[in-house]
Amino acid sequence: MATRTVETTIAAAPTTTAKSKFSWTPYLFILPHLIFFGAFVCWPFINGIFISLQRYDYLRPQQNEFIGLSNYVDLFAPGTLTFNEFWDSLKNTAIFVIISVPPLVVIPLLLAVLLNGKIPGRNLFRGIYFAPWVLSVSVVGLLWWWIFQSSGGLLNYYIKDFGFDPPRWLSSLPWAWISILIATVWWTIGFNMIILLAALQDIPEQIYEATSIDGANKLQTFFQITLPMLRPVLLFVVTITIIASFNLFGQPFLMTGGGPPQANGTLATTPVMYRIYIQGFVRPLQGSAAAMSFVVAAIMVLVSYFNFKIFRQREDQ
Amino acid sequence: MAVTTATPNTEVRKDDPNQGRLLRKILGLLPAYILMVFIAALIILPLLWMLSTSLKPKSQWFTQSIEWIPRTFTLENYQKLFDNPATPIGNWFFNSVSIALITTFLVLAIDSLAAYAYARMDFPGRKALFALMLLTLFLPGMMFLVPNFLTIANLHLLNSWGGVILPGLAGVFGVFFLRQFFEGIPKELEEAASIDGANRFQVFYMVVLPLAKPALATLGILTFLGSWNDFLWPLLVLRDPKLQTLPPGLRTLQGAYSSEYGLMLAGAVIVAVPVLLIYIVLQRYIVQSVAATGLKG
Repeated sequence: MATRTVETTIAAAPTTTAKSKFSWTPYLFILPHLIFFGAFVCWPFINGIFISLQRYDYLRPQQNEFIGLSNYVDLFAPGTLTFNEFWDSLKNTAIFVIISVPPLVVIPLLLAVLLNGKIPGRNLFRGIYFAPWVLSVSVVGLLWWWIFQSSGGLLNYYIKDFGFDPPRWLSSLPWAWISILIATVWWTIGFNMIILLAALQDIPEQIYEATSIDGANKLQTFFQITLPMLRPVLLFVVTITIIASFNLFGQPFLMTGGGPPQANGTLATTPVMYRIYIQGFVRPLQGSAAAMSFVVAAIMVLVSYFNFKIFRQREDQ
Repeated sequence: MAVTTATPNTEVRKDDPNQGRLLRKILGLLPAYILMVFIAALIILPLLWMLSTSLKPKSQWFTQSIEWIPRTFTLENYQKLFDNPATPIGNWFFNSVSIALITTFLVLAIDSLAAYAYARMDFPGRKALFALMLLTLFLPGMMFLVPNFLTIANLHLLNSWGGVILPGLAGVFGVFFLRQFFEGIPKELEEAASIDGANRFQVFYMVVLPLAKPALATLGILTFLGSWNDFLWPLLVLRDPKLQTLPPGLRTLQGAYSSEYGLMLAGAVIVAVPVLLIYIVLQRYIVQSVAATGLKG
């Protein structure tokens, strides 16, 4: 991977035949993309700041009012409804990140190792494991919502068949989280598996040959050679998995509706992205939703930054 | 098998007789195979059951024993879906195909132009713009949801294809992806064309683009999949049921037929089958592109 980066930086040196003369040509090339990038990435960022400083309801624009940092203060003032809802949803996001990242890294790693051997039919298995990734979240959500239905669901049929009393998967804890987790694992393990498999195939054959001569068994080879060699890619995979899990929205939206409701009035599987959606599109509180978005983005950038730092540190060692 | 006996296998110790080696190899692979088949079954069975139930008459959706193959095949669930004006799935299908195709075409055109300039031209502001684009990769998409929705509303693009398509053209992934590929194309080819009197656009259009077909195909597939599967944005922008695309349409089905599972699943099959077919045909490219994005990151 290091060599590839070097190659690209060299290739990146631009070649202009007329460096001295200013030309509009490059700007004409980038203009179409720049217009959309400006309108739907840069402008919403700036506009988002303005909106977050207002009591904002797009259906009643005449009532919009500049309120300074109030929307942010609400998020950090204990006791307000917004505070409770926001931090509770952030807690739910954290729960999902913690329960989902280990299986979403370990299972793909196991699959990648299995597929890395010279086994006949490996392309078929690889193709099957990756397939759910091409589906829409709406298909995945509907499919697993139906499987976890208490009545008529495939799962509960088999559970009853074995003589157990099946739980109410989607409307009780911890089962609602487990259902969302199973659906997510089923949907996305193929993606990490492909990245890890590519990294495994990059490990030079000679390294394995050297250890097999030393008489190391497969398990020893895995922990002493494979895992350390995979470390940079593993950290990359962990980082993107944390970010993906942080963005959880569609699965609870479609499967549990954010529930079940808790005794203290909060919703047990409403992650922070769902909370922003409710605030901005179910309630007329776009200002508050925008403020939440900025706080969440700051948290995510921090998380990515720390991950990146760890990633760099390990690589330097 | 003949090959195995002919070439000495370095992995196995030399004093092993050939037959034992083969047997051992098979036995050694057996646990791995069992595990792999088991996981493959877990992946496939939910999809198969979805398909099978969508083809069963209502009386057989809930049966005493699980029947993987319907006793009586029927298309009545699909028929009902298409006949119900409250769930115009034919319209949704048409909208999904059109939006995905238009988005894919525009993304390819816009991103390849920009990527070529960033790869091969030097101009004031190039580095700053590139750094800005890179920064935005770290921001969560949810941040843009409210302000972009307001922009689309102010432009009077709610309930229109434009409202769904336009924000999708702002992405930076395609620009990075194509730029990387363009940089790998030998410059001599472009220089030869310029000497022959072609201008920058002609060089781009007649020399670079044809050489970049694999990269354009990869980006095209990924863009099409992303657009076809997009759920939240069309749900927000396309409020009129007739104008919806398939993924938010599925949610409408979920609400409209509270326990008519066969109908909902028929809808899910209609959304899933086109992408699964694309996947089966183009599996190699899709898998490779994912592996490549991972390694570049």
